[in-house]
Amino acid sequence: MSNYSEESILNFLGPYKGDGSTILRSLQLVQDLLGYVPDSALDIIAKNSNVSRAEVYGVFTFYSDFRSTPPAKVVVKVCVAEACQASGNASLISELHDKGYDIHKGNIKDDIQMEQTFCLGNCALGPAAMVNGAPIGRATCERIFAATSAVTA
Amino acid sequence: MTKVFVSMDSAALSMGANEVAQAISDHAAKSGLDVTVVRNGSRGMLWLEPLVEVETEAGRIGYANVSADQISELIAAGFLSGAPHDSCLGLVEELDFLKNQTRITFARVGVTDPLSLVDYESHGGLKGLRNAIAMTPAKIVAEVTESGLRGRGGAGFPAGIKWNTVLNTESDQKYICCNADEGDSGTFADRMLMEGDPFTLIEGMIIAGIAVGATEGLIYVRSEYPHAIDVLNQAIAIAKEHKILGGSVLGSGLEFNLEVRIGAGSYVCGEETAMLESLEGKRGMVRAKPPIPALVGLFGKPTVINNVMTLAAVPMILADGAASYQSFGVDRSRGTQVFQLAGNILRGGIVEFPFGITLGELVNTVGGGTHSGRPIKTIQIGGPLGAYLGQESFDVPMGYESLAEVGGMLGHGGLVVFDDTANMAKQARFAMEFCAEESCGKCTPCRIGSTRGVEVIDRIVAGENQAMNLELLEDLCEVMTDGSLCAMGGLTPLPVRSALKLFPADFGIKVEVK
Repeated sequence: MSNYSEESILNFLGPYKGDGSTILRSLQLVQDLLGYVPDSALDIIAKNSNVSRAEVYGVFTFYSDFRSTPPAKVVVKVCVAEACQASGNASLISELHDKGYDIHKGNIKDDIQMEQTFCLGNCALGPAAMVNGAPIGRATCERIFAATSAVTA
Repeated sequence: MTKVFVSMDSAALSMGANEVAQAISDHAAKSGLDVTVVRNGSRGMLWLEPLVEVETEAGRIGYANVSADQISELIAAGFLSGAPHDSCLGLVEELDFLKNQTRITFARVGVTDPLSLVDYESHGGLKGLRNAIAMTPAKIVAEVTESGLRGRGGAGFPAGIKWNTVLNTESDQKYICCNADEGDSGTFADRMLMEGDPFTLIEGMIIAGIAVGATEGLIYVRSEYPHAIDVLNQAIAIAKEHKILGGSVLGSGLEFNLEVRIGAGSYVCGEETAMLESLEGKRGMVRAKPPIPALVGLFGKPTVINNVMTLAAVPMILADGAASYQSFGVDRSRGTQVFQLAGNILRGGIVEFPFGITLGELVNTVGGGTHSGRPIKTIQIGGPLGAYLGQESFDVPMGYESLAEVGGMLGHGGLVVFDDTANMAKQARFAMEFCAEESCGKCTPCRIGSTRGVEVIDRIVAGENQAMNLELLEDLCEVMTDGSLCAMGGLTPLPVRSALKLFPADFGIKVEVK
């Protein structure tokens, strides 16, 4: 949380003060701001929402979107759900694996993180992927890395 | 001035539509051509994206699979006046794929500028809302009931009956919650409507609010849909500015406010009670029913929860009357259904037909068979919790009851096509694995049964003690079906059992399957 003080986060979460129904949105706000949710932010949110740290932690760990460590510069989501299976995503996944990315583990390499996701809603143009929020249809290794280099360049 | 349409739907973007739109604008500016690029929704012919349409006197001429580096060539060939070209499709609305459909919910998607209220109104928008404002709440609810509209999210519960319960429940606060947590693989109709015609959903929610006496609406959209969230937020801002939302809807004195809430990567939050928990800021743990959300919903208040497609059907029902909507469909499945042709399919995308079209017509006649060119092995209908059906079900007319009769379910109308290379033991195993990954953990059969299910399927495939393990799997499926609060654990056995029944050879079964 290098550039952000507790005070600035509290300030940021101001509209949600004392309201237990805003735990999820508080976590989302912090992640939008910092790219992840540092451990200390759980205490800050708990204090601000007037709930226990355990409650915040429970919400934090329930949802797969939340990260406890900073993300890579490029985050690639690769769909592993049925429609993309039917479109032959297995070979894409294994090619990515050969390049050092295990989407099931979501490891980071060369400032790129590739992770699995269940459905991006692009099921007629599978395999589907998303590079920092930008969708890629009929995804191949080449198309994915062309998009990642556009970000890292 | 020449109008050119390039879709801003996520699926079109995924094939380079932004680059195409930019190239057209750049080229036009450079050459001093008077061209306006309109970013519309997608027509749903996703295999043709990026699809560029040029407005001519005869109508809109389409060019398929256009790439940015093709633009100068296309302009030189005269495409801005609809000239022939290898990629030219002719008049888009005359294409069989579109012409044969009955577009009611998707009437405007791909036609209009999603964020133009002028476009919206000139294509019939707000007519339903204006009619509703002039009616009593009970009359609006009666209209929706008479239309025969059933919940398009999967359960198929009659929308009017749900609304009536909320209308007749006294409370200081009521809510309209739109379930836009479209997590089922093979479904993307909600996303396309939110991106391609967001005002329809907004109008449907306002009508629902007026009908039941709710002043607050929430749309719960999954985080995997950043473009839909962006378009919805812009549309809501426009609607507020034009007093369609706010303290006095269209000057009626009736209040309705609307807000988008974003999910955080949990499939089970598409289950209505888990969604309510998530909207309350908590873990998405499923609630026991009763009490039903119509009585005790968001923050304990009476709440209408409907899917995007259900609410988006409402404006047309109020505009054209219940009888008009009711005239489409078969038996107790009235109106139209938006089907999503997905997976290994040649002509994938969105089609809207009255209920009653057969499965075979959808995937073969309309969809053109597989993308790979190989024979179709199976189709999974209704998402990850839907059954796998084989060729023998191709004559089944699409409807809630007719699909249930063959052991399937319509769900959200998504059809995922697999060719003959699919291994159904793998698909069955994935169904259990997915359940283990996404279970909220409240019910033991779902939380633990799914993991045991993966193990039992592995043992069957490995040929270990098959007769006993098949019995065990059947037992497990029964317990999950009967002992889970929601569809997550309750329906996971559907794809598993259907895969096993239809394709025992893929499991290496050497004994008889019951």
